[in-house]
Amino acid sequence: MTPVEILAMVLLALGGLFCVIGAVGLLRMPDFYTRMHAASVIETLGAGLVIAGLMLLAGLTLATAKLAILGLLIFFASPTATHALAKAAHERGIVPVLEGDASGDEK
Amino acid sequence: MRKVSAAVSLFVFWVLLSGYFTPFLLTAGALSAIAVVAVARRLEVVDPEGHPVDFSGSALRYWPWLGVEIVKSAWDVSKIIVHPKLPISPALVRVKNTQVSALGRVVYANSITLTPGTVTIVAGRDEFLVHALTRAGAESLAEGDMDRRVTRFEGAQ
Repeated sequence: MTPVEILAMVLLALGGLFCVIGAVGLLRMPDFYTRMHAASVIETLGAGLVIAGLMLLAGLTLATAKLAILGLLIFFASPTATHALAKAAHERGIVPVLEGDASGDEK
Repeated sequence: MRKVSAAVSLFVFWVLLSGYFTPFLLTAGALSAIAVVAVARRLEVVDPEGHPVDFSGSALRYWPWLGVEIVKSAWDVSKIIVHPKLPISPALVRVKNTQVSALGRVVYANSITLTPGTVTIVAGRDEFLVHALTRAGAESLAEGDMDRRVTRFEGAQ
């Protein structure tokens, strides 16, 4: 394996690790809003590192350009989707668990 | 000028996605780009919001900073997730914003949401309602560093 390939593997593994951390957070967090924070680890560090690793593997090809476009798409679309979810939840009257509330009350 | 730039961007997008460099497909791509811009012009969406090319320079300065912030806060949130005690202190805060344009407010609200640990819930005219995973995250947002940078971003066209 060339050094670039090894670096790519490291980035892919780290990206996968952060995806798993985000998924664990999604399960551990107490309410809707805090779970969204866990999910944003997946779409930023998780997806970002995986895309960076794949770009290194693809080298200077059109596939790399497409991966960059994919990264930009996630960069613009994911906060919009997250905001839409948060606002919908807020307007439906989902009250966030705040600091000081007894943790574990809300399921 | 904006129309030319939009057409060129669309054509480059076509070439990158197609990957074929035959004369026929390149011509088809150029004609498609021009046709799309013609339709967009009739829809009156080729404006600073539809094709914000004026912001390319300031975006190149703002995005690297935002990228570093995203990595830092993603790391913080990851540490909280794997911490056995799950040390969260969720807070709802109202954050003042100083942007003058709708585009600037969108950039700021999206930047807050994109950084793990903070989500914009309601984006108002000069105040955002933000949910933060930790009190520390809410406080660092209230210091307004990101707000100042986005305002500089929208001003420096």
